[in-house]
Amino acid sequence: MNFHAIRAIYKFEMSRTRRTLLQSIVSPVLSTSLYFVVFGSAIGSRITDIDGVTYGAFIVPGLIMLSTLTTSISNASFAIYFPKFTGTIYELLSAPVSYFEIVVSYVGAAATKSLILGLLILGTAHFFVPLKIAHPVWMLTFLVLTAVTFSLFGFMIGIWADGFEKLQMVPLLIVTPLTFLGGSFYSIHMLPPFWQKVTLFNPVVYLISAFRWSFFERADVNVGISLAMTFGFLLLCMAALRWIFKTGYRLKA
Amino acid sequence: MLSVSNLSKVYASGFQALKRVNLEIRRGEIFALLGPNGAGKTTLIGIVCGVVTATEGRVVVDGHDNVRDYRAARAKIGLVPQELTTDAFESVWNAVSFSRGLFGKPPNPAHIETILKQLSLWDKKDNKIMTLSGGMKRRLLIAKALSHEPEILFLDEPTAGVDVELRRDMWELVRSLRDKGVTIILTTHYIEEAEEMADRIGVISRGEIILVEDKREIIRKLGRKQLTLHLQGKVDRLPESLAGYRLEIAPGGAELVYTYDSQSESGGIPALLRDLHEAGIEFKDLNTDQSSLEEIFVSLVREKR
Repeated sequence: MNFHAIRAIYKFEMSRTRRTLLQSIVSPVLSTSLYFVVFGSAIGSRITDIDGVTYGAFIVPGLIMLSTLTTSISNASFAIYFPKFTGTIYELLSAPVSYFEIVVSYVGAAATKSLILGLLILGTAHFFVPLKIAHPVWMLTFLVLTAVTFSLFGFMIGIWADGFEKLQMVPLLIVTPLTFLGGSFYSIHMLPPFWQKVTLFNPVVYLISAFRWSFFERADVNVGISLAMTFGFLLLCMAALRWIFKTGYRLKA
Repeated sequence: MLSVSNLSKVYASGFQALKRVNLEIRRGEIFALLGPNGAGKTTLIGIVCGVVTATEGRVVVDGHDNVRDYRAARAKIGLVPQELTTDAFESVWNAVSFSRGLFGKPPNPAHIETILKQLSLWDKKDNKIMTLSGGMKRRLLIAKALSHEPEILFLDEPTAGVDVELRRDMWELVRSLRDKGVTIILTTHYIEEAEEMADRIGVISRGEIILVEDKREIIRKLGRKQLTLHLQGKVDRLPESLAGYRLEIAPGGAELVYTYDSQSESGGIPALLRDLHEAGIEFKDLNTDQSSLEEIFVSLVREKR
């Protein structure tokens, strides 16, 4: 194991976050606060409780997931896309590091950032609505799992992308709709029966449902199934990345 | 130190950049790889360093296969790429420290300080890379490549777009590295550079190594010598007695040019001079020319086409 390399990449990535603090941390926190003001306090006060939880509190797990998901993807995809774009990737490819070490350090850094962000949003939410977390350990577990899984996913997008447009495309056209339709702002039981079935094809439903369960002990989908689906997606990303590195896809000529 | 055998590369576009290349680099030498644009120099370096995958063939770095045993192989190599690819926002110090870590070496500020001082980058250590000039960025790339104390250093066109003074400094640096036992492989467009620096020279053209030889040996073997005689009068044709020599009358008739092969050191010059005297051709001055590496190179590459 080349621990010095893991440390170097991780440190490098974290210092990039510090340099872009405003963009990486402050702006998502600000936009989430706006969600709370609009949906939590202003409109939320006119919406009846869902499963015995006030609407303002109900959307907290969904909002945290929304930010964690999107920032995991954008952090990790940018981290590997940018060296490809500037050409500095030559150094990574010529270094005595294994693919595993590359993934661990880049994905580790991206997941750390989105984890910090998720917790910051949780803290922010606390200002707006009274919150009680029923299963803090599970809450953290799901948050870490999500951050890691979607950082892996983002890392793949970063490798696949050959232009800034593609880098934006997947998060914008696929992930954001999936998250909004994944029950961030509603319980899937509120949907008509047909759409309740369709929505089960959306992987984000499982993440949000389980995460919300860790707060309020209420879930749209069985927690065990959620956990299995999350792990399934994690393994899928790992397998895809393994293939990418084995073939040198989009990395090596 | 480095052994390349049967190395071929066909890019996805179908372009064959390397055709079964074989090359042996000796420990501690400065090897210059010369070739026109698109000859395969950068591809060859890319494969050795792990940036490009070979289609077939094998690379062994100091006994380590660069695919199976890539860790040991790559740890020995430092690469200075042709393009000035740097992170814009990182500081010089951080960028060089990052490279050292990436290559698996524990932090060593003293070593990095030495390198930065050697490359006149010390007073820029806290500057962001984007504020550096082109020549400084080039030196930064060299500093990054040297940060992990490599045993082999690849310099891909190290002096492209570098001013004369800096080029001299760089040659000086390369020599001092060689004196410390680092093996150096450089590619260059400037034949003058290879002539100045290299111990051995390889010529690559269209993906094939067409020649590998000691520098002096190349010049000796392939170089031609010319003797030019500035005559006292003019001649319009050569007497019969001189027909046996490769003599030409220069346009105007005031000079005679004698071409001889440098391997026979004297090239029969005394005999020629005697015969000239007997034929009544007198000269007032003479000079000899030896073809430079550049001329040899151009004729080699042209012959191949």
